[in-house]
Amino acid sequence: MIYLILFLEFFKIGLFTFGGGYAMIPLVKEVVLNYGWLAEDKFYDFIGLCEATPGPIALNMATFVGYSQGGVLGGLVASLGVVLPSFIIILIIASVLKKFSDNIFVKSGVRGIKPIVMGLILAAGITLLIKNLNVAYSLDTAFTNFDYVSLIIVSVIAFIFVFVKLIFKKKLSPVIIILISAALGLAISLIFA
Amino acid sequence: MNKKIELFLTFLKIGATTFGGGYAMIPQIKNEFVEKKGWITEDEMLEMIAVSESTPGPIAINMATFIGYKEGKVLGSIASTLGVILPSIIIIMILSIFFNRFIENVYVSYAFKGIKCAVAFLIIKAAIELIIKMEKKALPIILFSVTFILALMMEIFGFRFSSIYLIISGALIGIIVYAIILRKKQEQEKGNEE
Repeated sequence: MIYLILFLEFFKIGLFTFGGGYAMIPLVKEVVLNYGWLAEDKFYDFIGLCEATPGPIALNMATFVGYSQGGVLGGLVASLGVVLPSFIIILIIASVLKKFSDNIFVKSGVRGIKPIVMGLILAAGITLLIKNLNVAYSLDTAFTNFDYVSLIIVSVIAFIFVFVKLIFKKKLSPVIIILISAALGLAISLIFA
Repeated sequence: MNKKIELFLTFLKIGATTFGGGYAMIPQIKNEFVEKKGWITEDEMLEMIAVSESTPGPIAINMATFIGYKEGKVLGSIASTLGVILPSIIIIMILSIFFNRFIENVYVSYAFKGIKCAVAFLIIKAAIELIIKMEKKALPIILFSVTFILALMMEIFGFRFSSIYLIISGALIGIIVYAIILRKKQEQEKGNEE
């Protein structure tokens, strides 16, 4: 029963994600690949689209994956799954456990979870970068199909971001970064093609 | 205006206009509920952020549920949460309908080659911003490094292992070390001084 699976998997993801949308990316990736729901490439394409649309990333991903597997109902069920754990837990805290975040066990648990989540997010970013650059995981063939176009794009994005931050003291928003990168991808691919 | 409807509409507006994930919503929520409406004090806002960070799930949902409950009990929290999630769900469903056809277009695929690089950049940037704020002590550094290496190894050697176990282990280690061992030590030291 695909709707039940979607609901349960996203409920689990909602229950174990601490620290915002980026922390959810590794968990959603595992589920999507385990069930063979989407190709990895398409999954990352979609994260790009999520960055350029409003709303929480986690919810956007749930709706997208749910829709791809079970149409409108699938999208609704997955979204409900990812939202419910938060909703229920916060209701309990707001009504009964007023001093929740002062509790020593809660504080200690969160202190232990934070570095784990950072490790997972950094690993997700680095693996995607390696994939984009088309570096193989073997020493002698590592750079045979190296993707120079992606290297140029990543470098230019990083340069623009740091430049704007240092000179104008402003952080470029994800939407702007996505738009610049789309233009770069189009321009450079057309020049080399 | 009925407070539940006002909650729903305000969160609908926030959900439809915030780009870049949950943390980007915090200033918007503050603007609406602390500055414009005055329903919530600055201190309550900080408390809500603290609670949201120590509970699972998207921060936007946590905040909406919290504010909704405070202003209108269970019905209020349902109205707020529905408001904040509806725009996402509708926009993503519409995009999903066109996504497959759209992505096969050559020019779109060129653009997405660039976007994929931006996504890698954004994820790494998010991680670095968190790492900069990390406690620079032995335990967090060890937990971070072990997780990072393990996650990379999983990717390179292609074995699958749910990250949920890593997160649960982190919580258990945190509780054992910070709540039990360190507290006992402090109590002992206090005892010795006396």
